[in-house]
Amino acid sequence: MSARLARHGRLIDRRKPLQFTFNGRHLHGYQGDTLASALLANGQTLVGRSFKYHRPRGIVAAGPEEPNALVGLGKGAGFEPNQRATTTELFDGLIAESQNHWPSLEFDLGAVNKAMARFFPAGFYYKTFMFPRAAWEHLFEPIVRGAAGLGRVPQEKDKDTYEYFYHTTDILIVGGGIAGLQAAEIAGKSGLRVLLIEQTPDWGGRAMVDGVQINGIGAADWVEKALARLRAMPNVILRSRMMGAGVYDHGYALGYERLSDHDPKIPGPRHRLWRIRARRIITATGAIERPLSFAGNDIPGVMLAGAVRDYLENYGVSPGELTLVVTNNDNAYLSAIALHEAGLTVPAIIDARPEATGALPQKARALGLRVETGCAIGTVHGGKRVTSVTLCNQAGSGAILDEIPCDAVAMSGGWSPVVHLWSHCGGKLRWDADQAMFRPDPARPPRGANGAGFVIAAGTANGHLAAEAVMEDAAEAAAAAVRALGAKADPAKRATARSMPEMPILPVWSMPANAGPKLRMKTWLDFQNDVKVSDVRLAAQEGYESVEHTKRYTTLGMASDQGKLSNINGLAVLADSLSRDIPQVGTTTFRPPYHPISFGAIAGEARGPLFKPLRKSPIHDWLDANGAHWEPVADWRRPYCLRRSGETVKEAVTREILNTRQNVGLLDASTLGKIIVKGPDAGRFLDMLYTNMMSSLKVGRCRYGLMCNENGFLIDDGVVVRLSDDTFLCHTTSGGSDRIHAWMEEWLQTEWWDWQVYTANVTEQFAQIGIVGPKARSVLEALGGMDVSREALPFMAFQEGQIAGIRARVYRISFSGELSYEIAVPAALGQAFWNKALAAGGDFGMQPYGTEALHVMRAEKGFIMIGDETDGTVIPQDLNLGWAISRKKDDFLGKRAQQRPHMVDPNRKQLVGLLTEDPQVVLPDAAHAVEGPKRANGMENIIGHVTSSYYSPTLGHSIAMALIKGGSRRMGETLRFPVADGVVIRAQVVDPVFLDKEGERQNV
Amino acid sequence: MSDAVSVCNGASFSGAVQVLDAGLCGMITLRGDLADEKLSAAVKAATGMGLPKPRRIKKGKRGAVAWMSPDELLIFVDYDLADSTVTKIERALQGQYFLAVNVSDARATFALQGTGVREVIAKGAPVDMSPQGLPVGEIRRTRLGQVAAAFWLSDEEHLTLVCFRSVGSFVYDWLCNAATEGTLPRLTG
Repeated sequence: MSARLARHGRLIDRRKPLQFTFNGRHLHGYQGDTLASALLANGQTLVGRSFKYHRPRGIVAAGPEEPNALVGLGKGAGFEPNQRATTTELFDGLIAESQNHWPSLEFDLGAVNKAMARFFPAGFYYKTFMFPRAAWEHLFEPIVRGAAGLGRVPQEKDKDTYEYFYHTTDILIVGGGIAGLQAAEIAGKSGLRVLLIEQTPDWGGRAMVDGVQINGIGAADWVEKALARLRAMPNVILRSRMMGAGVYDHGYALGYERLSDHDPKIPGPRHRLWRIRARRIITATGAIERPLSFAGNDIPGVMLAGAVRDYLENYGVSPGELTLVVTNNDNAYLSAIALHEAGLTVPAIIDARPEATGALPQKARALGLRVETGCAIGTVHGGKRVTSVTLCNQAGSGAILDEIPCDAVAMSGGWSPVVHLWSHCGGKLRWDADQAMFRPDPARPPRGANGAGFVIAAGTANGHLAAEAVMEDAAEAAAAAVRALGAKADPAKRATARSMPEMPILPVWSMPANAGPKLRMKTWLDFQNDVKVSDVRLAAQEGYESVEHTKRYTTLGMASDQGKLSNINGLAVLADSLSRDIPQVGTTTFRPPYHPISFGAIAGEARGPLFKPLRKSPIHDWLDANGAHWEPVADWRRPYCLRRSGETVKEAVTREILNTRQNVGLLDASTLGKIIVKGPDAGRFLDMLYTNMMSSLKVGRCRYGLMCNENGFLIDDGVVVRLSDDTFLCHTTSGGSDRIHAWMEEWLQTEWWDWQVYTANVTEQFAQIGIVGPKARSVLEALGGMDVSREALPFMAFQEGQIAGIRARVYRISFSGELSYEIAVPAALGQAFWNKALAAGGDFGMQPYGTEALHVMRAEKGFIMIGDETDGTVIPQDLNLGWAISRKKDDFLGKRAQQRPHMVDPNRKQLVGLLTEDPQVVLPDAAHAVEGPKRANGMENIIGHVTSSYYSPTLGHSIAMALIKGGSRRMGETLRFPVADGVVIRAQVVDPVFLDKEGERQNV
Repeated sequence: MSDAVSVCNGASFSGAVQVLDAGLCGMITLRGDLADEKLSAAVKAATGMGLPKPRRIKKGKRGAVAWMSPDELLIFVDYDLADSTVTKIERALQGQYFLAVNVSDARATFALQGTGVREVIAKGAPVDMSPQGLPVGEIRRTRLGQVAAAFWLSDEEHLTLVCFRSVGSFVYDWLCNAATEGTLPRLTG
């Protein structure tokens, strides 16, 4: 049984007991515990079930590399699945539940999968796709989906808040161990800006646990002093509980700061995602211990030797009463010695090396510990808990020499530098055969824009395991970063450190060396995803050679721990299976984040009202208060209609149309794009941008224009106004203002850079209010201030002056076919003008109207809408807009494309009007027209589709527009539109102008 | 022009820093050849100020002039003087190749005040907000969260931010959220 000891535990405060629950059980821990240490202290070794076989899983590690101890934390709106117990700080009232078991952690029906293990081989998932075909859908998929997956999905909206923070620094140092602290001191003295971040709440890393001496004092004392010196430097920022999550191009890095995970009562954001721009990044991220591959290495109670030491020294927790140590290196002897000195029993140290003569083994022997060299674990016995191990020769195939009772196993297969951040942006690794590790290759760092490396690995993360080498390397790394930035550093002013000397490691990838299939089937590589040595060997046997393919085929390293423990062991097995060297096989790609970060942190503040910017016109609030039924138009909201009390949406639209046609309507058209184009070449520029001639437009007049891209397709339309000789105002669609402004600038900046044209997007400078209908002129006259008579302000002209005491520009343009004025006033006066117009219009029956009435009225007139009648494949000629294409101009954007054979094909889809046989039936939007005999598959030939379709209250029947193959030659034909359930709507092809073809209504 | 209203109509919020709708402000976009003496003379005549250096904003009694790009200035005057200032510039540069346009109403302006204004902005703008990254008197055109914005500090505790009018209430909400009491990283002090 794991248990709390009376002594030890430098990180816990025994005067501050905390209560928490695990699967409903009330348990106790101390301030400073992690959830993992507190669970172990309560004898809770079993913490979850594995992904595929639902095998019992215990805590293996003490840090972010932990594969097993994933729990659901919190409840309700604060619930979060898949949280690592080893990186979760304990707080009073913490609620945790184990995952991936059914019906309970202790008794899991899914564990039957274990008995079926021979039917779940590597690539099982893919093999189920193959044969028999129906089996995937009906048999495998439901079972696999039901059994797989970790954790529960939260059912409530996250109650917490999150935010981003942008930070710029000269040097970012990731990792607050002794290497990071040393690097920060050297860098800090240069005066450059330094940010030092540490993922845990505590500084110093493993140095204290490993008994390192620095400058003649204990590591803990040195760390305290170093922190004090760093805090006194104004140019150095220290942040704990902040993980370096990713490194990206141009010295960009992500920092994941956890502000209140350790105490949810702290107000403010839970996580802060730091988006850091650093000129140099030093990764002092330490190393992760590797498991050893022996049969039964996944049974709860088998832990990493370093983690055993961590729990003992940091939290005063013993992993068991009888802890056997198994190793291929000297470092694990530290754990054996620490356990022994804590009064616990170490029944044996099993060392795979033929001999162990280093200082640590000698010390262990001197303490009376049994050291078995040249030996291996044959099998671990136990179910939910280790009960014993069998001893065998490492060189053999597992013949039992002895059976040793124990309730915990501390294993060490050596250490792998944490190279993730070094690798994220392309830093390369080299294989260090002597130390059996991949380490950063300083000759091939991730490079910045100028070709220089921008990441420097330091200390253990750079492959240095001894404390003195760590300090030396960290100081040199900092000095290199400082010098690269043109400042001065003196790496000689570093601390000196001393740790116990260690003899070389013996690479051991299989234990025993010649383990047969029976043992290999019980030897785990990836504890979370249930990948065993036998699976990787099978993949190799089936022809998988690339480590990336093998990873995906076997799912090795694809769990939420991303193979922190399994990758190196797995690729070593693959290399052995393929009879290749490890560096030839190589590693899989390291991708950010280093350790999972919350979705909330990624979303930041963008949720609720801040999820997406909403553009509001100056009249928005009034419309909102007056029945607006909103619809999104690009990032704007526009009122579809303005409902009166008791009115349906449809009733409101009908009322608005009829009132505008009979009396007068008021429209907020402020969202229309407005771009000023000015300069000696403005006319020439617009002649190129629009299909029609704009340079000939007279000052004071308006002209409707079409804009195409280089491929001839229609991209925008609107009214162009000539304000003065060299100044035009181009109106664009509501959704098009930014896009068209960028389009203009692109041509001016890249192609016609020598043309003298300036543009300015003044869309939001003006509120633009439409006063539309037969009584529009009367309303303007009532508002007063400007002569708006037919003579003074004819159709397609504009006037500047005052209306109702407000400076205004009045355009006589119409999108409804009615007598219509659009009045542009300064946006800040938009609401004031709207109010005055409403008041003046009252006597004339004026009512505001929304976008649906606008759409119906324009369709009655056969006016097109960009995005309805166009879809990126439509040229103006398709829409009968040939009249708006100048034949006099040598060139305009799209001209040449429109002459291509396909563009002049008379059978292109062309715009037509449609009248349904039953005038009350409205065709659905996008209904397809078909013709010809049915084909073998029951389909008919589609000849086009409906682009706009409405019921016209003005005309008392439905109207529609459609793009139909050769449509202009089909006048009078009746087309068939099959809609749902065998219903076919029949409609006659007509001219798309349904109302007032002569334009008499607008020209009064 | 008492009818003229700014987007948030004078709203204010007090949190880690103060956020205030700074009201209507006259703004003129002037595009042209900034090296041209006639242009700088026209700016001087209209505002009483010379041209700012790149990235700087220059303040005077009658307003301010900000450098926006190699061929663009933003001129700040009283809201009611914007149109007449445009007219003055247009007269002075008659016949030249330039563009002067009143954009006062297309903007919303917010004033932030307090010891954490740099950190509030750093929650949304990908800008080096340290005193050496953005010295007092420099203007940045960038983004805040998901929208375009420009801002400058007139001293360590006063920041002015300009954005488009249509997203003014979004930006105000964004600023108030970012300025919630107790949420600043407090890197120094």
